[in-house]
Amino acid sequence: MNKDDALEVTSLKAYYLMNFFGITREVRAVDDITMSVRRNEIYGIAGESSSGKTTFIKVLAAAMRPPLQIVSGKVEYRFGGRTISPQSMRDDDLAELHWKHLSYIMQGSMSVLNPVRRIQQSFVDFAKRPLGLGGKAFQDRIEEHLVDLQLSPKVLRAYPHELSGGMRQRVTIGLATVCQPEFIIADEPTTALDVVVQKDVLSLLRTVQRRMGSSIVLVTHDMSVHANMADRIGIMYAGRLVEEGPTRTLFTVPKHPYTAHLVASLPRIGDTARRPALEGRPPSLADPPSGCRFHPRCPLAIDKCKTDVPPLVTVGEGHRSACWRAADVKPLMASAANPVTA
Amino acid sequence: MKEYLLFALQRFALLAAVVFFGVSGAFFISHLSPINPVESILGEISSRATISPVAVEEMRRSLNEMFGLNMPLWQQFLNFWGRLLVGDLGPSLLAFPTPAMYIVMLALPWTVGLLSVSIIITWIVGNIVGGLAGFFQNSRLLKLFGVLAIGIQPIPYYIVAFLLVVIFGFLWPVLPISGGFAMNVRPGWSIEFVLSILHYSILPAASLVIVGVGTWFLGMRALVSNIVTEDYVTYAELAGVRRGRLVGSYVIRNALVPQLTALSMALGGIFSGTIITEQVFAYPGLGSLLVRAVNGGDTTLVLAVSSIAIVAVAVAIFIVDLLHPFLDPRVRVG
Amino acid sequence: MFSVLRDLIRYNIEFAIGLAMTCFIIAFAALSFFSPVDPTLVYTAIPDRPPSWQHWFGTNSRGQELFWLLTFAFRNTLTFGITVAVLSRIISIVVGLAAGYIGGWVDRVLMFFNDIFVAIPIFPILILFYFVLRSDLNSFTLALIMACFGWPFDARLIRSVALGLRHREFTRQALFAGMSPLKVMFQEHLPYVMPIIFATAMANMIWSIGLEVTLAVLGFTNLSIPTVGTTLYWANNHSAMIVGVWWWILIPVALIIVMFVGLFLLAVSLNEYIDPRSRLRRMGA
Repeated sequence: MNKDDALEVTSLKAYYLMNFFGITREVRAVDDITMSVRRNEIYGIAGESSSGKTTFIKVLAAAMRPPLQIVSGKVEYRFGGRTISPQSMRDDDLAELHWKHLSYIMQGSMSVLNPVRRIQQSFVDFAKRPLGLGGKAFQDRIEEHLVDLQLSPKVLRAYPHELSGGMRQRVTIGLATVCQPEFIIADEPTTALDVVVQKDVLSLLRTVQRRMGSSIVLVTHDMSVHANMADRIGIMYAGRLVEEGPTRTLFTVPKHPYTAHLVASLPRIGDTARRPALEGRPPSLADPPSGCRFHPRCPLAIDKCKTDVPPLVTVGEGHRSACWRAADVKPLMASAANPVTA
Repeated sequence: MKEYLLFALQRFALLAAVVFFGVSGAFFISHLSPINPVESILGEISSRATISPVAVEEMRRSLNEMFGLNMPLWQQFLNFWGRLLVGDLGPSLLAFPTPAMYIVMLALPWTVGLLSVSIIITWIVGNIVGGLAGFFQNSRLLKLFGVLAIGIQPIPYYIVAFLLVVIFGFLWPVLPISGGFAMNVRPGWSIEFVLSILHYSILPAASLVIVGVGTWFLGMRALVSNIVTEDYVTYAELAGVRRGRLVGSYVIRNALVPQLTALSMALGGIFSGTIITEQVFAYPGLGSLLVRAVNGGDTTLVLAVSSIAIVAVAVAIFIVDLLHPFLDPRVRVG
Repeated sequence: MFSVLRDLIRYNIEFAIGLAMTCFIIAFAALSFFSPVDPTLVYTAIPDRPPSWQHWFGTNSRGQELFWLLTFAFRNTLTFGITVAVLSRIISIVVGLAAGYIGGWVDRVLMFFNDIFVAIPIFPILILFYFVLRSDLNSFTLALIMACFGWPFDARLIRSVALGLRHREFTRQALFAGMSPLKVMFQEHLPYVMPIIFATAMANMIWSIGLEVTLAVLGFTNLSIPTVGTTLYWANNHSAMIVGVWWWILIPVALIIVMFVGLFLLAVSLNEYIDPRSRLRRMGA
């Protein structure tokens, strides 16, 4: 494992195995994924709904519940020189891991906070043990942290329903970052927030990340968020990783038809060209297409795509793609007007 | 604070409406009765002593006036409410001229005491054990409890009370099966009396608890199984929040909220169950009183007990509703 | 429909047991149609005989053969329970759909009355009715009164379903296509509401039969009609336990328990089947 890596995933397969009224079903949500995340980097995971990205997150966060199980492969973290594999840890060790080294920003700020407890109490529940501080030191620390997030310490006295959506999301970010973990997983942190608040929340997240030097895995279907935040992006489709590379590269020279399409879907100021819609719908993970899973909707598909699964191979510096016709992929926009801001 | 008062006012309005409709309903139903209270009283009195016919006529006239039987129904209705509001429900027909209110008030504390204690025990124990069962789904002990609950819960109060009487009255007579207190103890504020009351209330309370616990257990277990899938529970679990804190403050605390609502809706039914239990154990509460009144044809007393019952249940529901904002901070806002 | 039943029986043990128990009681009650004995007559057999080959359940102190008496008792009680369930379903469907679908002040008024009915303890009212009507209180009148108190809980449930359905796409489309609101309510929404009706009907039966038994035991119903409750009343009246005629009490009680537990298991398993979340849980673990 590379010394610089904070996370390494090897050939991970995680399925939902269900048995109901005599019928067995196998939903292959994560089907053979290999990737890694370095220290001090923001790795974005993009893909539409039912691409398997939420399941992937659950496995990374060691938050699996039956019927989800890891069928094969492994997930390894590297914290403070030790290599930790959450799958093989006992519950008490996992508790030690959680929040101090690995934290999680969940989707839907509406409902992640306990409605009957004040924010202060949530902080005590989540952060007191990992921080290992008591009394006044603890109080000072969380208040200080809230101020960093541009929240007044008065928020601590409130109940979740008394705060606005944006404030709640900031509180959730605060909860996840107060112990300064080395690894944060953020699942759609800005969905359901309006654009202004979105911008705030995202820049906050980036500031926090830069200051702590932690790694973030940022999952969202919104390509503009990736454009703004991610250092590297991994594109998921139907349970598989189809392309991965530095953000700029993916946006300017994508090497997979699906990526090209996702990138092109972003509106750009001054650009009035028509956008071709992608045909068809995302495949069912219980019964996926054979060969390359994208082939039913792919404009570049050839016979080989129907039968053989394309492997994820290097097509450039730090750039991988899983497509038989990677070389033929062109960005869908005539001018490579670059949406990536500094 | 202001919001709480507004909330309390709303609940009080409901309380008033319930009492009004319920008691008026009872009034109208009782007036369908063919029993003429005046004749009943006269019958009672003349059976105890010989009275001259003239005196009987006099009494008839004054009783008619008192009962207002020669007035149109709507006037009687207004009279009834007028008297009710000052606590006068008229005299009991069997125990003439003892005011019905007095008799009811003697029985009321017994019922209130029995009910309050059983409800508190049932609700708290049922919910906590149910919550644990919902959370620790694999515990053999809790699963066993669940099966027992399913077996006992649907059985009507009467059968359970009756079975308890059979067991403790005939098979294993260690607990008293009838009466409110031992007959050789003098009523009064003494330790002996209080202990005696407790002793005699064990079986009736046990019967209520056994039947009631199952309902809360099953409901809570189902609720908790759903709550553990809620986002905030998953999140807290993920974050490594301690088990105990998780079960207590995240799961059970949130599940208690709908259970409290369920409690206020169940109070009517629980009260009905208490009536039958009292009858079986000859416990001197409203239940036994009502049965005696009905069997004796005592209209005033029956109406009195029904009215007080309706008021008591409505007040209990009101109190439970008032507790609601303390459990659920979201309710406090408007 | 039948495949659902088959699946339920095979995979849901609570449903299977509940169904078995309930069918047993129904079959037992159905035997009453073949009874050679008229249950309203007394002293047709030698009293106080314990169970034997001649009299399967023995005879009681009133000289009635217990077996056939009980078949009638259960038939009457079950009929009563079904009547109440049907009547109160009708009321709760109408109220629930109207409140949820029409909304506005109709909803508020209906829910106001709903809350009032929930808060009033039914037992004193029932006793009051008995007191007033005495032997005129027949099964049907009682069923009617109980139906008037049995609708609130379920009306609320139906109302919340109706509220959800009102805003769904297919409702808007139906209205847009010109369907009258009444037709929409009954043709489009009713299928969603039916499963709830079935599940709550069981619970309702348990409740109403429970109340009937309780009333009868106190002697507050028409005592000449054999029902489960009146059987117990007469048993108590003749001090059956003390005299030693234990079969007069214990056999009916045992059958009652079977009936109630059976109905309850059905209600619980149907409820669980309908609730999609619990189905998901069963799938995984």
